[in-house]
Amino acid sequence: MAVAQTQTIVPQRDGIQASVVNDLSIQVATVNGSGSQSSNNVLMRSIFQMGIPTSGKNLFPSNIAGLPTWFTIRASKRGYVGCKREVDILIAMNPQTAREDVETLDPGRVVLYEERLKLSGLRDDLIYYPVPFSKLAAEAVRIPRLRKLVANMAYVGSVAEFLGIEMEQVEVAIAKWFKTKQKAIDLNIRIAHMGAQYVRDHLPKRDPYRLERMDKTRGKIIIDGNSACALGAMFGGVTVVTWYPITPASSLGEALTDYLQQYRTDPETGKATFAVVQAEDELAALGMAIGAGWSGARSMTSTSGPGISLMSEFTGLAYFAEIPCVIFDVQRVGPSTGLPTRTAQGDILSLHSLSHGDTAHPVLLPGDMAECFEMSRQAFDLAERLQQPVFVGSDLDLGMNNWMCDPFEYPTEPPDRGKVLTAADLERAGEFARYRDLDGDGIPYRTLPGTEHPLASYFTRGSGHNDSAGYSERPEDYVQLMDRLKRKYDTARELVPQPVIDLRDEAVIGIIAYGSSDSAMEECRDQLLEEYGIEINYLRLRALPLSPALKDFVAVCRRVYVVEQNRDGQMADLIQLELGEAGTKIRKICHYTGLPLDARFVTEQVIAAERPS
Amino acid sequence: MALRTRARKKKPKKTNRIGLSRSAYRGHPSTLCSGCGHDAITNQIIRAFYEIGVNPYSVAKMSGIGCSSKTPAYFMNASHGFNSVHGRMPSVATGTMLANRGLVCIGVSGDGDTASIGLGQFCHLLRRNVPMIYVIENNGVYGLTKGQFSATADDGATLKTGVVNELPAMDCCSLAIEMGCSYVARSFAGDPKQLVALLKGALSHSGTAMLDVISPCVTFNNHPGSTKSYSWAKEHEELLHQIDFIPGFEPIAAVDYPEGEAMDVEMYDGSVIRLRKVDMDYDPMNRREAVRMLHSSAAASELLTGLIYVNPVAKSFLDTLNLCDEPLVSLPHEKVKPGPEILEQVMKDLM
Ligand SMILES: Cc1ncc(C[n+]2csc(CCOP(=O)(O)OP(=O)(O)O)c2C)c(N)n1
Ligand code: SF4
Ligand SMILES: [Mg+2]
Repeated sequence: MAVAQTQTIVPQRDGIQASVVNDLSIQVATVNGSGSQSSNNVLMRSIFQMGIPTSGKNLFPSNIAGLPTWFTIRASKRGYVGCKREVDILIAMNPQTAREDVETLDPGRVVLYEERLKLSGLRDDLIYYPVPFSKLAAEAVRIPRLRKLVANMAYVGSVAEFLGIEMEQVEVAIAKWFKTKQKAIDLNIRIAHMGAQYVRDHLPKRDPYRLERMDKTRGKIIIDGNSACALGAMFGGVTVVTWYPITPASSLGEALTDYLQQYRTDPETGKATFAVVQAEDELAALGMAIGAGWSGARSMTSTSGPGISLMSEFTGLAYFAEIPCVIFDVQRVGPSTGLPTRTAQGDILSLHSLSHGDTAHPVLLPGDMAECFEMSRQAFDLAERLQQPVFVGSDLDLGMNNWMCDPFEYPTEPPDRGKVLTAADLERAGEFARYRDLDGDGIPYRTLPGTEHPLASYFTRGSGHNDSAGYSERPEDYVQLMDRLKRKYDTARELVPQPVIDLRDEAVIGIIAYGSSDSAMEECRDQLLEEYGIEINYLRLRALPLSPALKDFVAVCRRVYVVEQNRDGQMADLIQLELGEAGTKIRKICHYTGLPLDARFVTEQVIAAERPS
Repeated sequence: MALRTRARKKKPKKTNRIGLSRSAYRGHPSTLCSGCGHDAITNQIIRAFYEIGVNPYSVAKMSGIGCSSKTPAYFMNASHGFNSVHGRMPSVATGTMLANRGLVCIGVSGDGDTASIGLGQFCHLLRRNVPMIYVIENNGVYGLTKGQFSATADDGATLKTGVVNELPAMDCCSLAIEMGCSYVARSFAGDPKQLVALLKGALSHSGTAMLDVISPCVTFNNHPGSTKSYSWAKEHEELLHQIDFIPGFEPIAAVDYPEGEAMDVEMYDGSVIRLRKVDMDYDPMNRREAVRMLHSSAAASELLTGLIYVNPVAKSFLDTLNLCDEPLVSLPHEKVKPGPEILEQVMKDLM
């Protein structure tokens, strides 16, 4: 029987031991606001440029400057992009957390640290490399403020030297980061070399970790999910964008604003072919998006959980009045102060039926960067096709972290603007009833304000209307409306992205995951197979409403674990509701620490349930 | 069988400059209480749009929730209408105008809808100077929820039930000026002549035109003790000026007024609002003076009506955003979807 094989690395005083190549994680612990963003980015890019699959996760506090922050870079020759629980190399720069950071390392790991922190006495089962980073910086730079910023680039040089990261790549990455600022480029390159030189002169290598050139990143890009969503929206032809700042969604609105200004300003007139409004709050943000959607524009807003709560009433109105718009929810942990900068998938139930009364909304769940791009574009098609708000449910892990992926493919299909009648259409038809289901798919036809035709106008209101948009409180009219909206939801079931299913011979256990949780699943399945001999069927959900394919998947499994990042298993609940009796096969695996999901956690949960000792 | 018919000479229907009769501006029959001030305002909206000859197909009628907010259903059936949610019409109207700058937007709200639940959106609409007419049908109470006090009720006013309001009234006109609104007017549902002139002026304005119109609620707030009743308003109305509106498409009559007796405000579309002196000199383009007048009239328990403040050249939100001339909704997809070379370039930068 297979046993859990967690790597144990025994420190050796003088070198020679099995080396660990291209499979490690580096955690950089710094102080928020100390400029470590550039050095961490440079470090990650340097590894990426060596052809080694890389991903980066930023764990940051809800603070502008002063609180601790950690950046974790994973290099994985197998291409795993999820979070790795164990830290192999700690770069300790922050006096506030250094002790605790060291305490939590597994034996045999490396601590590269600012010499002044004097960490080597803490434990004797780690490999310590003290480097006087601040002294090096002081030698290189006179201005104290600058000194603090460049000290960080010194650790890039030092760790590069230890791990075998090519200094040319560090230089390229520095140049890329600082773009046209030649002075900054020169200075940072100099500091990085000083960090490397110090290591060469004073610190013989005593650890097994190495990075070696591969060819697995050629042609790939590194991007964060918020930028990917912003690009998707731009290439989806969005014209009205409204938002209210909130972490972790702000960078979506900001990236989109930048892209639009750059690529959607009419070169002839210098005028904008888009409107971006930073609204006074999320109610107004959605109100504007709805007004624009009603008028026929492709409109969107982006927010996170607290904003979603505020958008509740308007979402219901748009559902009943059947108005298209796209709402991005970059999910984060809970309300108010505390963990707003931590990741979660806790808005699933809210998004599913946001508002009062009977409501149900399509929710797209991108699982990677390509899908952040593609689904963001597609959301506009769906919103206009279905004439209702469509959510894109991303999260902080996807949205704000750096992911490696293939370049996005240019969307070639024409946009689906849905059932909109022009004056000419109305002339031909000779009649128009705004809410009549002519096609049996639950989706009515609409006209846009400004349409020059006597049949065009209608009056838009919430729940109380008949199929000609006349005011009505008649029970039959209401029931008819509700039943049609349900029919429309069933139409949506077929139109939204379908799940990705991977069945394995012999597998009787299934896993269902979605969104950022997918990033841990390949590794988790490999662990279950390689360490425990358990084959796993996998279904990755990509949208609500749930696909009919879900039932068939569960049917071929004995047990199905639904993996998600919230306490109560919100998606598992929806799945169980959907499955009826077969729902008894569903088990919940819930990860709700605020940290990104790691494969080991899921593996352990599955094993605890499947192989109780 | 032959019917005996008598050829009757048809009276030619009266039409406006775009060839439409007044009935083309009608809406559904009102379902409000008979005598409600809101219906009187509806009539003046119909009249103003008809007389100016606004194309009803190009109009968007917006509202929040309340008796007042129901009224867009009672005028201009040929226009698209949107009865949104309580207090949030400003945002919906903003989105509408961003999407289609070719529309003529009129929003109708109540004092509850504007000054209580919708106060934030109201203020931000005015700050932005979104091109639209914003009418507050101000009755001092929540009509639709059966007569509770609203935030515009005057200190000391009483409800029919005897409840006294002990909070200061919010003055939407002072607030609007403070928020940067570029067309601020107050009127009274019982003064159709003034109201229609102010509405026409609003139609000629390039930014937000805010009209705070006292509109008595005959069911819940028209009794002695109310300060929003017909009789109170009639007794306390103080006219800032007599208002004539001369649309840009009509020649401006060269009337000679004695020095200081009249003042012309030229609007951005060439129309003119002519203000004739009643008993004081008043310049509605002087913001400070406007605020002072509002304060002193409130202190004197007067209902000051007229064009309180106007800045005919204020930059509209659409210009602030540097929007293209063509409405965003009419841009062809090629114009809003950058080409493959752009995506390629963005991808290269990320490699
Ligand atoms: C969110 C929300 N809260 C409360 C209500 C109930 N409500 C409907 S109309 C109204 C007050 C309307 O007052 P006002 O705007 O002055 O309009 P009036 O009826 O006086 O014309 C209220 C509180 C609602 N529709 N929505
Ligand atoms: S309750 Fe008052 S505001 Fe409402 S319709 Fe009747 S009179 Fe008008
Ligand atoms: Mg009222």
